[in-house]
Amino acid sequence: MTAKTKVAEIFETMEYGPAPESDATAKDWLAQHHNKFGHFINGKWVVPAKGKWFATKNPATGETLAKILTGTKADVNAAVKAARAAQKKWQALEGFERAKYLYALARLIQKNSRLLAVVESMDNGKPIRETRDLDVNLAARHFYHHAGWAQLLDKEFQGYEAHGVVGQVIPWNFPFLMMAWKIAPALAAGNTVVLKPAEFTPLSAILFAELCEEAGLPHGVVNIVQGDGSTGAEIVKHPDIEKIAFTGSTEVGRIIRTATAGSGKALTLELGGKSPTIVFENADLDSAVEGVVDGIWLNQGEVCCAGSRLLLQEGIAEKMIAKLKARMKNMRVGQPLDKAIDMGAIVSEEQWSKIDGLVKRGVKEGATLVQPGKDSCPKDGCFYPPTMLTDVQPAATVAQEEIFGPVVSVLTFRTPEEAVLLANNTRYGLAASIWSENVNLALDIAPKLKAGVVWINSTNMFDAACGFGGYRESGFGREGGREGMYAYLKPKFIKSLPAYKESKTKQSAAKHVPAAIENLANIDRTAKLYIGGKQARPDGNYSLSVTGKNGKLIGQVGEGNRKDIRNAVEAAKKAEGWSKSAHHLRAQILYYIAENLSARKDEFRKRLIEMTDATPAAAAKEVDESIRRLFTYAAWADKYDGDVHTPPARLVAVAMKESVGILGLVCPDEAPLLGFVSLFAPAMAMGNRAVIIPSEKYPLSATDFYQVFDTSDVPAGVVNIVTGDRAALTKTLAEHDEVDGIWYFGSDTSGSKLVEASSVGNLKRTWVNNGKQRDWLDRDQSEGEEFLRHATEIKNIWVPYGE
Amino acid sequence: MAKNNPQMTITPSVSNLPVKLPVAANKHDHARNPGTELNLDWIDNLQVNLSAVERRTSSLLGRRTVKKDWQAAWLLKALSCIDLTTLSGDDTPGRVKRLCAKARSPLRHDLVEALGIESLNLTTGAVCVYHEMVPTAVKALEGANIPVAAVAAGFPHGLSPMKQRLAEIRASVSEGAKEIDIVITRGHVLTGNWKALYEEVKAFREACGDAHLKSILATGELATMRNVAKASMVAMMAGSDFIKTSTGKESVNANLDVSMVMARMIREYLDQTGFKVGYKPAGGISTAKSVMGFQFLMKEELGAEWLQPDLFRVGASSLLADIERQLEHFVTGRYSANNRHPVG
Repeated sequence: MTAKTKVAEIFETMEYGPAPESDATAKDWLAQHHNKFGHFINGKWVVPAKGKWFATKNPATGETLAKILTGTKADVNAAVKAARAAQKKWQALEGFERAKYLYALARLIQKNSRLLAVVESMDNGKPIRETRDLDVNLAARHFYHHAGWAQLLDKEFQGYEAHGVVGQVIPWNFPFLMMAWKIAPALAAGNTVVLKPAEFTPLSAILFAELCEEAGLPHGVVNIVQGDGSTGAEIVKHPDIEKIAFTGSTEVGRIIRTATAGSGKALTLELGGKSPTIVFENADLDSAVEGVVDGIWLNQGEVCCAGSRLLLQEGIAEKMIAKLKARMKNMRVGQPLDKAIDMGAIVSEEQWSKIDGLVKRGVKEGATLVQPGKDSCPKDGCFYPPTMLTDVQPAATVAQEEIFGPVVSVLTFRTPEEAVLLANNTRYGLAASIWSENVNLALDIAPKLKAGVVWINSTNMFDAACGFGGYRESGFGREGGREGMYAYLKPKFIKSLPAYKESKTKQSAAKHVPAAIENLANIDRTAKLYIGGKQARPDGNYSLSVTGKNGKLIGQVGEGNRKDIRNAVEAAKKAEGWSKSAHHLRAQILYYIAENLSARKDEFRKRLIEMTDATPAAAAKEVDESIRRLFTYAAWADKYDGDVHTPPARLVAVAMKESVGILGLVCPDEAPLLGFVSLFAPAMAMGNRAVIIPSEKYPLSATDFYQVFDTSDVPAGVVNIVTGDRAALTKTLAEHDEVDGIWYFGSDTSGSKLVEASSVGNLKRTWVNNGKQRDWLDRDQSEGEEFLRHATEIKNIWVPYGE
Repeated sequence: MAKNNPQMTITPSVSNLPVKLPVAANKHDHARNPGTELNLDWIDNLQVNLSAVERRTSSLLGRRTVKKDWQAAWLLKALSCIDLTTLSGDDTPGRVKRLCAKARSPLRHDLVEALGIESLNLTTGAVCVYHEMVPTAVKALEGANIPVAAVAAGFPHGLSPMKQRLAEIRASVSEGAKEIDIVITRGHVLTGNWKALYEEVKAFREACGDAHLKSILATGELATMRNVAKASMVAMMAGSDFIKTSTGKESVNANLDVSMVMARMIREYLDQTGFKVGYKPAGGISTAKSVMGFQFLMKEELGAEWLQPDLFRVGASSLLADIERQLEHFVTGRYSANNRHPVG
């Protein structure tokens, strides 16, 4: 008998064979450019004869794909200059005109989708299946969606305008998709862009720039500068850029936050994560297994929102681990251009070593290693097998640190409450996935998780209409949807606000030494601090003098110090119930505050006259406006609702507006009453607990308010007030890791920098005035939606349905 | 989830079992599923998330594909798993003979030679007919080692008197049918009467004797995937050798979603009892491309053993013709036409 044919052999083994996607067109494209690429600046290709070049490699083969120019300071300057020159005209285009360009880009992406998918796969090492089915499709959808926002901008974002020139630095894990997420909203809003791709993955951005040429995009609207971290740093520190958008590691996010502090640049950061997948005992376990596959083995686990912590309810833990072990054996790791593989190559050897180092450390710290076996990966090329670490304790490094590789750490829990505790036991807060067939349980857990995206019975689903972004050290700002558009817009009035004058002398506040207070009532009334619903003596036991308009001593307040800030934050932490309270209740209490302020109108009016140089009429107006403002936020308390998105699938994505948590509020000196009310009222209305630093110079309107709070049923700890040295208190507050956000409207020109620079510890949200003074009586500037937006986080909860 | 019955043996997970050589369709190298007692705890605790199942199946088709020689081999394997079926009111002995001839010789001789698979003696998995046609089919397939499967038990509605349904099974078996494709009473599923369903299928199994029992769940009429899962599990507990999706007469036939759920139940049953139950999607599978989707699903969810005809069958009629055309394309490089392949 003759030897068996190949077909007959396969008939017996029933193996999968190779199914290669051709790289011929991609290689032709590279060859047309002599495998050498420079920058795309002002609609032209910058490929100088001399320059510093680096190689971009295919991590699956080690083959060098092209030489790429490293961007210098001069290159960045040229790109920013081009973007600046193009910006006004771009912004001035009618929305419909910008929409046509974005639509053209969406169409061009679709028309060139296979080349884009192949190039992306070769450059990054991710499977062609993913670039083809996920990255490129989602990118095209992003441009379609934002063509729509360009069209609707004038109507839907009245009073807002583009920042101007935007600097964008993107990562290597989803190079093309992240570029789309950055460029589409920026352009829709009327900004022009200087974008730097990651050095490991420069190619798809070059293809995109060619599509911009084909679309006839005006020169300078999109500029691509290649390079490494040093090029990125040039963009971040460039003085003529108004906004920086960054996606990447938390470590670099911190550096950027520090570098941009006080520069007036707007900033959004989409950073790392250690996202939990929570599997309850009543879950469809087989589907949950696939959830883990999609969660941690998508893109080799090199995903910021990867489900890298698997939390299993104890009763099903063993069964689930057994199912996962079996499933891992079916994972096919191999050439990214093979259409029938599940995982491709790790992006670089450095990344591979980092992953391997952390896995070894996990084992050293007691974890059990589960991998499918020796032959599960190709020997050559940068491949890492699907990996599971069981018996991981929360204290282990692999339970806390982002691995950014195909490694899932398994922990167990007993009760839903414990699941939430473990899920939130992290510095990050990007995403979470909940598996349970009990919708009551799933929808109870979702709001309790500190995460910007929660997927119920699903994972790693994305859509341009649904905001994506994190809580905590996973960054701030959202990409996608209406909330994503706000990241590329600013209120129009900002540019015409007057600047505070820089003052060399301190505004006030000498330590009090005995002196006569004129017209002092018979009984001394020195305000202490207001902490946890009570007046608390300042830790340092000093008081500060408050002087009136003619330098007369009119009262004293406590001199708060860092310990008082600590105590105030503790009190705010305990008042967590406020964040869960019914919106109706919040409204009731704000109305009650307004009612009680109204009853004491005269006293507050007199105080303003005595303390500031306000005329009686101006003081009356400020008090009246304060009452009115309280009414505004009482009105908003039960109306600033979330949205329900309908992405193209059978599901709803509920965009819930949640309180930020604990907010620090630093009040302006001007309008000592109205400024104070304008900050705490929206914060309270949205369920935040506040630690307030009132005007240093005119603190008595705030301290007089203690009794208003006391008589208005404000729960203890919801509002906490610490008087004293604004700069020192602000620094402590901005540095405090328990504080989730801080608003700075103080009058010190250096205050904004102080706040932004001090916020890097936990990357709290900051909203600062950049030394510019709002008119607190002007409702367009000082009340409403902008304040509510800063008082809330948007959490997108994805709820697939169907039985 | 499900509680273990102490009498049952627990086997390791199925995915790493060695690949078995192909066996003739009516030879089983695994122990026949004897069934278990009705365990309502298992049934109550079964969970299926429809959306997640759909996502898995849609991603599966993107994750797996076979090309060239591999595709040819996979299609040959699919061919060997076909229950070549005619279930029409106008069936005649002549029609059935023609079908049986095709089952014996499903692929043109020149293609068999070109593929170098003469030694496989490839046939379809079975021929599937109504009771009246069983004797004709048995005779036509004499010596071919191709089992005759008869649909029974009030097919396709399953609502004739129980006595008659059982008698029908016995009659077909006595005429030489080696496999009996029964339909369940959908009402038992829709009303959650698992005990009635269990007893019904168990009675069918007893009536079958040595003939193998394939239980058609008529999934298109079971309303939910959770019902499909529970009905699958009850049918296996009652001793089914195969669970099968459809009669071909429901408005919704076999699809990957329902197959995903049933395959996972087969795995669950194996994990709990140690017994292997076969799977048969039927109805609407008419293209080579679509049958490969079912094969990928089998291999991924249950392992390569479930690609073999003793554990996997496809109820189809026009599928064979498409497979023949694809195989000719593989051999010649030219797209083929139906008229070049003998009809069945």
